[in-house]
Order: sequence, then C-alpha cells, then structure tokens
Amino acid sequence: MQWEVVIGLETHAQLATHSKIFSGASTAFGAEPNTQASAIDIALPGVLPVLNKQAVEYAIRFGLAVGAEINPRSIFARKNYFYPDLPKGYQISQYEEPVVKGGMIHFLVEGKAYQVRLTRAHLEEDAGKSLHEDIPGATGIDLNRAGTPLLEIVSEPDMRSATEAVAYAKALHQIVTWIGICDGNMQEGSFRCDANVSVRPLGSDTFGTRCEIKNLNSFRFLESAIQFEVERQIEVLESGGVIIQETRLYDPDRDETRSMRSKEDAMDYRYFPDPDLLPVVIEESWVNSVKDTMPPLPQVLKERFISDYGLTDYDANLITSDRGLADYFMAMTSNASASPKQCANWVAGELLASLNRQQLAIDKCPISPNKLTQLIVRIEDGTISGKIAKTLFDILWTEGGEVDQLIDSRGLKQVSDSGAIEKIVEELMSQHPDQVAEYRAGKDKVLGFFVGKAMKASGGKLNPAQLNDVLKKKLAG
Amino acid sequence: MSLTDQEIKHLAKLARIHIEDTELSLLRDQLGKVFQLIDTLQAVDTTGIEPLSHSLALNQPLREDRVTEPNLRDVYQAVAPEVEKGLYIVPKVIE
Repeated sequence: MQWEVVIGLETHAQLATHSKIFSGASTAFGAEPNTQASAIDIALPGVLPVLNKQAVEYAIRFGLAVGAEINPRSIFARKNYFYPDLPKGYQISQYEEPVVKGGMIHFLVEGKAYQVRLTRAHLEEDAGKSLHEDIPGATGIDLNRAGTPLLEIVSEPDMRSATEAVAYAKALHQIVTWIGICDGNMQEGSFRCDANVSVRPLGSDTFGTRCEIKNLNSFRFLESAIQFEVERQIEVLESGGVIIQETRLYDPDRDETRSMRSKEDAMDYRYFPDPDLLPVVIEESWVNSVKDTMPPLPQVLKERFISDYGLTDYDANLITSDRGLADYFMAMTSNASASPKQCANWVAGELLASLNRQQLAIDKCPISPNKLTQLIVRIEDGTISGKIAKTLFDILWTEGGEVDQLIDSRGLKQVSDSGAIEKIVEELMSQHPDQVAEYRAGKDKVLGFFVGKAMKASGGKLNPAQLNDVLKKKLAG
Repeated sequence: MSLTDQEIKHLAKLARIHIEDTELSLLRDQLGKVFQLIDTLQAVDTTGIEPLSHSLALNQPLREDRVTEPNLRDVYQAVAPEVEKGLYIVPKVIE
C-alpha cells in the first residue's frame, strides 16, 4: 500500500529578552545554578507575575513577519501538571486567546515552492531543568531557566515528508533570527521542535493516529526522528497493528524513537485563565509602531537584490540566508563606487568561504564592508588584477591593513604598461619557438599556454585583457 | 451528575492526592455537591455574553525589559529542605 505522511510542528523559540517573562531575573545562559531564579521564578507564596513588554513586542514582530493576525486582546492560562522543575505546579501559557493567530511560512525544496499554515503562536514561560546525573541517587533542580520567555509556534499538519518539515523549520529559524527575536542557538535549546507525525493511506482524507516526538534540538535529529517514526508506523500498520496516540522521545545514539507516555496517562492539563494576570491589550498603534521598526524580510530583500542589482537567484539566496550577511552586503552597496554585482560575487564567494572555513559568524569578520568595497574598486579601476585581489584579500583577512597601502608596499599593482608586457611576451616567444609554430599552424589553444607562462613570470600582475591583445598581435607575427 | 469511582481516582491522581477506597463514597457525595453548584451556573442562559477571563475590568500592566533581581540564592536555599552544588535536591525522578 502507498502511504502518505502527515507532519505538523510545534516549535519553541526562546525570546531574546534580557529579563524573564514575568520577573526581573536575568535570562543569560550558563550562569551558576539558581543564581538567576527570583522569588517569582521559584514560586514563593504571595508573589505576583508582571508581564515583560519586550516579550509581547517580539510576539507582535513575529506575527507581522508571517502575515498573521495580532490578537487585540489575549489571555494567559495555567497549564497544570506536577514536575519538580515546575515549582508552581503549573506553567503560565496561553490557551484560548493566543497573542498571534494564523500566518504562513513559505519555503523552497529543490526549487519547488511550499507553504505551511500556522495555527497560532503563543507566549509562555519555560520550566527549570532537572539534572539526573549530577547528584548520585537524587535529582538536582536548577531553576535559572524557569520563567524564560518562549514563543510556541504551532503549524497546521501541512507537511508531507521529513525533508519538508526540515525546510519549514529552517525557514522559521531564519525568520525568528532575522527579525531578532531569538538567537536561534539550537545547542543551548533556544530553538527546539516537537513533531506530530502520522501516516494514512494515500488518497485518504482523514488523518491517521499521531505520535508526538518531543524536544528535537537539531535539524538533523528532526529529520532522522521523523524518518524513523514514519517507518515504524508503516511497519505497525502493515503488520495489522494499530498506532497508539502517545508521546515519544528520540534517542540520537540509537537513531530511534521510544514511547514516553501513552494516552492513558496522557496529561490532562486542566487549563484555566490565570487570575494573577489580566488580559493583555494590544492597541493598533502599538502594532503599527512595531511595524515601523521591522527590518525588511529576507524574501523582500532577495527580490530587491535580483531586480535592482541583477544578482543571480543563487547569490541572492545565499546573501539573504543570514541577516548579518545581508547587512554586510548592503553596507557595501551603499557605497556606490563598486558594482553591486561584484560585491555580491565577493560576499557569496571569497568572504563566505573564508567565514565557513574558520567557522566565524559575519559579525566576527576581520574585513569591514568598507575595506572589501575598496578592494573591489581597485579591481574595477584596473589597479589590481582579480587574481592579485584574492592574494590581497588573504592579507587583509590574516594581517589586516589598508587596501591602497598594501598595494603599494607589497608591489601588487597590475602591469598595464604595454611596453613591459611586450617585453615579457617577446622573451617567452623566444624561449618557446615550438609553441609559437603550433599557434601559427592554427592551434589557437596554445594562447592559454602563453597566458599562463606570462602570468607566472609576472607574479599574476599583468592586466589580463592587455596581455591577451599583445599576445594575439605578437603571435600572429 | 455523579462521578464514577474511576473518575474520582483519576482526579486524585492529577492532584497528587492519595485516597483510600473507603473514602470514595464520601468524596463522591462532596464532589457531587460541587458539581450541583456548577450545574446551577451552567443552567444560566449566557447567549451573547462574552466569556469573562478576569473579574477585574483592567488590562495587564507591562514592565520594561530590565534585569532588576539580584542573586538571592543563599537566602532562598536557606529554607530549602536539601541543597547541593547550588541545586535544589529532590527524590530521584525516573524518566
């Protein structure tokens, strides 16, 4: 039988606020245990949560970025369950009226356009951390993370393969980091996914029973976990079994999913509006002022780069894959002296390759946009050859310095003096009479041989166009 | 509406309350009375009335995103039953 896979994702994006969602404790990562857990975070009696304005603003920003509706009035609810790292006995979340409703994520898989509808995005607090290995025979609780603001982004079950789910998650990751609401650090848990996976006979219009795989904190795990789960479900169904609705955990060491809890002990969260928190009212004026401060989205920039600067789809995609890279490119093009197309070639080429090689983020790039523009200007005005420019780029990268100074002090200037070029060509012709004869007998390819020799002899400093002209003239005899 | 023994046990489990089978009939009577109150409320015609999420007719005040809380770990942990290496210690939680 042919099976169709149905996937929906719930993604937790940790919001990049300085303080917690309901308290003034710091959210900085990596502090000593419980040093960033205030009376509110550890749930001492008599405390009152007060909502962080920035967290709401980040949610608004997200809603605007995905074309969603911003709920003018949203409410917080208590999600009740017992666990040692949840000292209140409930998590403050949103249930009936989330802050963001609807929206759409667009992405490409192998050139084909996909759209995934969002159900909602709501604000909630993170729980603390249970450490099972640190203390022998006991569990240690660190509440630094308790109360960290999260935006839970829930998709509709619109994805039909693990590949699509990963592409969706990557597109979502790009958006939240681009608009600056989440640092996107998956190792530190700032962006993590739960996947709801089911299968059904191809052509069926009812959904199969789904399983939820929790806490996938890398794109690779997301893909492997879904692939494993799909195969498992198909195997169960094809051998005449039934799928039980349950929560499963992915074990990356064994590359399999395992049952965590089944529906019988499924959580009954008994949501109800939190009496400690009043309804959150978001006036249209607030939404509009957030709109005014939004950076242009990657898709918009990409199209602008293609239409205004004639960039290739590939280069435009690469440059808009990261906000910092796009900002770098825009800083270069704001200086009208270098051609944007050349700037793009250098950003998508040499610069990105060097960053990747050293695993550096763009904000740690040793060459400023201004300096790289100067280098390109010197290629375009014929001062240095493209080949020498790469040498100069490496010097700037490793040693720093000023473009024009380095060209002078290292003797990198291109030789455009035709007398000097002619001299080199004549010498080469007398050294290689056989190749001259071949050329004159009609073997045009030999030209390349002489270009290579001449460039080598000059340390790559000859003006390539001029060299070609001189060679053709001299070789023709 | 009357609760079954099964439902009472489920509620007790959710609330982390230990109950003996001998307490079931007493609890059924008491919870039944609570449900009668709810039934009375449910019987009111609320057509066209927006659900009330809070009893105060006010909006949520918001605070600026500033770190204002000092590290008071020692003060808080002085009243905790058990701490080690800065962690609150609880009985082993088996995953």
